[in-house]
Amino acid sequence: MRKNVGLRIFACLVFAFLFIPLIIIVVTSFGTSSTIQFPIEGFTLDWYSKVFKNESFMNSFALSLKIALFATVLALLVGVPAAYSLARHNVFGRNWIKSFFLSPTIVPGLVVGYSLYQFVVIQFQFPIIQGLLLGHFLVCLPYVIRVVGSTIEQLDFSIEEVSWTLGCTKLQTFSKIVLPNITSGIFASFMLAFINSFNNIPVSQFLSGPGVTMLPTSLMNYIEYNYDPSVSALSVILMLGTIVLMFIIEKTLGLASIS
Amino acid sequence: MTHRRIPYIILAPGLILLILFLVLPLVSIIFPTFFDGGFTFSNYTSFLKDEYNFSIFWRTLKISLIVTAICVIFGVPTAYYISQSPKKWRSLLMSLTLFPLLTNSVVRSFAWITLLGQDGIVNNGLMKIGLISEPLTLLYTEFAITIGSVYLFLPLMVITLVGILENIDSEIMEAAETLGANRVVAFAKVILPLSVPGIIVGSILVFTGTLTAYTTPQLLGGNRNMMLATFLYQNATALGNWQGASVIALIMIVTTVVVMKLFNWIANRLDKRGEARA
Repeated sequence: MRKNVGLRIFACLVFAFLFIPLIIIVVTSFGTSSTIQFPIEGFTLDWYSKVFKNESFMNSFALSLKIALFATVLALLVGVPAAYSLARHNVFGRNWIKSFFLSPTIVPGLVVGYSLYQFVVIQFQFPIIQGLLLGHFLVCLPYVIRVVGSTIEQLDFSIEEVSWTLGCTKLQTFSKIVLPNITSGIFASFMLAFINSFNNIPVSQFLSGPGVTMLPTSLMNYIEYNYDPSVSALSVILMLGTIVLMFIIEKTLGLASIS
Repeated sequence: MTHRRIPYIILAPGLILLILFLVLPLVSIIFPTFFDGGFTFSNYTSFLKDEYNFSIFWRTLKISLIVTAICVIFGVPTAYYISQSPKKWRSLLMSLTLFPLLTNSVVRSFAWITLLGQDGIVNNGLMKIGLISEPLTLLYTEFAITIGSVYLFLPLMVITLVGILENIDSEIMEAAETLGANRVVAFAKVILPLSVPGIIVGSILVFTGTLTAYTTPQLLGGNRNMMLATFLYQNATALGNWQGASVIALIMIVTTVVVMKLFNWIANRLDKRGEARA
């Protein structure tokens, strides 16, 4: 194809639009002045050490990791068998059940958080942390159903039939044949669900209390009252985390598998 | 035989969890909004009749529509460029598009606070080169919400479109040009119609995303430019108006579903037109 200069310039401008704001954050995180300035005067790493000394950031970071991990694992435990059943069995109302499993994506996150707070925390007096975990489980489940489901559909069913013919039980076939063959799908859905749970704000917005604040929420609260480069520094740390995750996904599966 | 029950047994935990913690909570907040002595829609009619409430609903729809349109306008050519790039370039460009998408939305909104604030980079820059003498009010406006939302969802649109556009044979474009169409005409008459399914899927994602987003309107819109999500939160927490919050919740869900159905209906109409022509 001939090179189209106009199209190339257009695409370059779009990428500039996507990256200039992020680059500015990176630069401002090294500035010495106590408010955010661009271009910066001087160079310091103080804002980074401030982030690590900030207890609410560190506590909420630990909580975010834990919730994202537990919610993803729970979604996998529940979702992988469900995805298998939907892909392989002739279940009554299959399409309906499938869209039901994907329905948490249709309900706005803030509504999920609000209704869980009303129902689970206020009405049934569950601890907030359990509501939070359930909310994030709902965030994660659709990714598992969608990604693992399509991986199973791509797997040749006759291999399973051979395994049954050769004497394996259904459970043995699942653990020895199916599971090893869908690890890439499980891994991809794990990564997707984990990132989305970790970054999610709306679902957690109502489900927070003393000592129970997720990192994005605590960052958001901080921004409402402060305007200093420690927010930039934390942002850079989060971006580095994203780069590491993207690198892992690229090395193991290829990024194409998650888009 | 018990074997016939197995599929249902392995589906059960998921179904039960969804019913217990998604459906029941939703029903429990929405059910009471229809009762006021007897069955009634009055909570909804009086909500939408209130001028202030309606202005928020209208603002949310308007901004979502504008954001979707901008994402289509910027997304289609960019996605087309990526899909036509050599393979090595393509994966690099896809990673560059994915990166903002996987970055926390607070971080991405915060970037626009530093750009658009009174003492922000845009204002300082414009004053330095003498274009303006006083800082413009850019932050806490509908403009700020719009640009922040475009920033949030443009990568989603691009990624969705690249998947569709990759499958379009580049020879089709060459054929169109050989047959006398110039590049712009060929793009408009060949590539654009073929990318409609992608545009529809992308638009649904962007529109419903903007409609229900909480972070960006909260950080970039402030209290004067509320959207439905921020209004729900304010009703529930600051005003203690649980009923009002529940009304907004259902309005958000219904609007989301209606918009998805509408976009899909449009897509089907366009597809039929394509078939008839072929």
